[in-house]
Amino acid sequence: MIWNEQYETMPREDLEKVQLRRLQDLVARVYARVAPYRAKMDAAGVRPGDIKTLADIKKLPFTTKEDLRANYPFGMFTVPLEQVVRVHASSGTTGKPTVVGYTRRDIDTWAELMARALACGGVQRDDMVHNAYGYGLFTGGLGAHYGAEKLGATVIPISGGNSRRQILIMQDFGSTVLLATPSYALNLADTMADMGVDVASLKLRVGIFGAEPWSENMREEVEKKLGLKAIDIYGLSEVMGPGVSMECIEAQHGMHIFEDHFYPEIIDPESGEPLPMGEAGELVFTTLTKEAFPVLRYRTKDITRLWAEPCVCGRNFVRMEKVTGRTDDMLIIRGVNVFPSQIEHVLMGIKGVEPHYQIVVNREGALDTMEVQVEVSEQVFSDEIKTLEALSRRIQAEIKDLIGSTCKIKLVEPKSIQRSEGKAKRVIDNRKI
Amino acid sequence: MAEMKVEQIAVFLENKSGRLAEIADVLAANNINIRALAVADTADFGILRLIVNDTARAVQALRTAGFTVTKASVVAVEVADRPGGLAEVLKVVSGAWLNVEYMYAFVEKSGQNAAIIFRFDEPNKAISILQQAGFKILTNEEVCRL
Repeated sequence: MIWNEQYETMPREDLEKVQLRRLQDLVARVYARVAPYRAKMDAAGVRPGDIKTLADIKKLPFTTKEDLRANYPFGMFTVPLEQVVRVHASSGTTGKPTVVGYTRRDIDTWAELMARALACGGVQRDDMVHNAYGYGLFTGGLGAHYGAEKLGATVIPISGGNSRRQILIMQDFGSTVLLATPSYALNLADTMADMGVDVASLKLRVGIFGAEPWSENMREEVEKKLGLKAIDIYGLSEVMGPGVSMECIEAQHGMHIFEDHFYPEIIDPESGEPLPMGEAGELVFTTLTKEAFPVLRYRTKDITRLWAEPCVCGRNFVRMEKVTGRTDDMLIIRGVNVFPSQIEHVLMGIKGVEPHYQIVVNREGALDTMEVQVEVSEQVFSDEIKTLEALSRRIQAEIKDLIGSTCKIKLVEPKSIQRSEGKAKRVIDNRKI
Repeated sequence: MAEMKVEQIAVFLENKSGRLAEIADVLAANNINIRALAVADTADFGILRLIVNDTARAVQALRTAGFTVTKASVVAVEVADRPGGLAEVLKVVSGAWLNVEYMYAFVEKSGQNAAIIFRFDEPNKAISILQQAGFKILTNEEVCRL
């Protein structure tokens, strides 16, 4: 079902008019109200009046995660805080998270876009939506929740964790749609097998999976194990949250970007030059309608490509391919963004711990696991097991405090972590995605 | 008065094959004799505890070979090598509420006596309590000569 026929099937030339009008309004707003945007535009020698066509967007400066960090927490907001009705946050590259804000209207827009996304993935009013995305500062839980309510489905706000209880509720409430990270969906499938629950006895029919990279192989596996159609969803908190783009159930091939609200570009990550349609590069978004926290040409650091070919579902929006990589070293572990610099930040804060570390990521069964290997220096070494175990636990607790996810700590001998020439190899990712 | 506490070396061991053999090789190459040895291990790592005839040289040699090494003072108590020998010491230790971090044992060459190595929180207090109870505390020198 197409939730918003007017915009989702709008002819391209009309859509471009809407985009241009919204872009001009956005640029004027941020220039007038947000000092960091004004400073960057002045430095680039561009004024709001210079945006005469959509192609003029390339005159505008990029916005990066570093800009958001430099203006932590609310320095990039376009409206006074009394107009902000909610904030969310995602992990930053060091100790400080990236904070995003929403006005009442932004929350409504987000619910509309998430309702579109769910409808695009085949969710209907009579569905029982089992929302296992985490509720909290993470945008996944609440973002999906408001959209499912807007659509008119019944929402079970179960959040993540406690898999056995999740399955009991699926059985008793008759969940038909599962919203989760793909790795958690597989974890639920394994738990079902452990509990001896036959998936055929459940009513699951659609799974909407996102917030971490997954492959076509994983799609097949999760579809087979859970007996549902697995649909890909994309979003990031800096742009809005889930519901920036969405695969349609008809094609299950590429995610439609809701272009009346988000203007996508693909650039060469080295030169910053826009690339022609169809070429792979870094995805950049400009939010055309957001009020509290709009972004101009935000560099997502996600690598993908766009397709303009028409889709069987009837939507006229371009599609983006599954994200195939990152331009930075960000890892996504069980839906949580992790930067090696965060781990380094924790280690540097513990006296005597060497900043020599390595992160090993594995997929054990369905779940991603992260092991942090830390070299034991003589300053922290002790002849007593309990001292070393306390050190391990402290590192583990501080990492959990910072990133919200538990990792395994492995103490290793000094010099055992490979020293490479130049940039150290911090991450070994053994996941086959 | 002779030093009553005995110097022990601890070496960090990752759980990977061959590391213990490498340590033994380093000590052999430096002509260092091991008097007592114990390995404590967890699922992820181990700690090798050693008493040797020349602590300073052993530490130097192991560090040069890239190992993480630390020294600690332990107490060596002589007990009769017969059933009940250990029980007598432990009765005193627990009766005095001495906190033992860990312990291990070895038998002297003569076969008459055994030595129990204790790592106490408060070694000086432990030594005086054990001596008052009539136990012989072995000096560093005595342990090295064994």
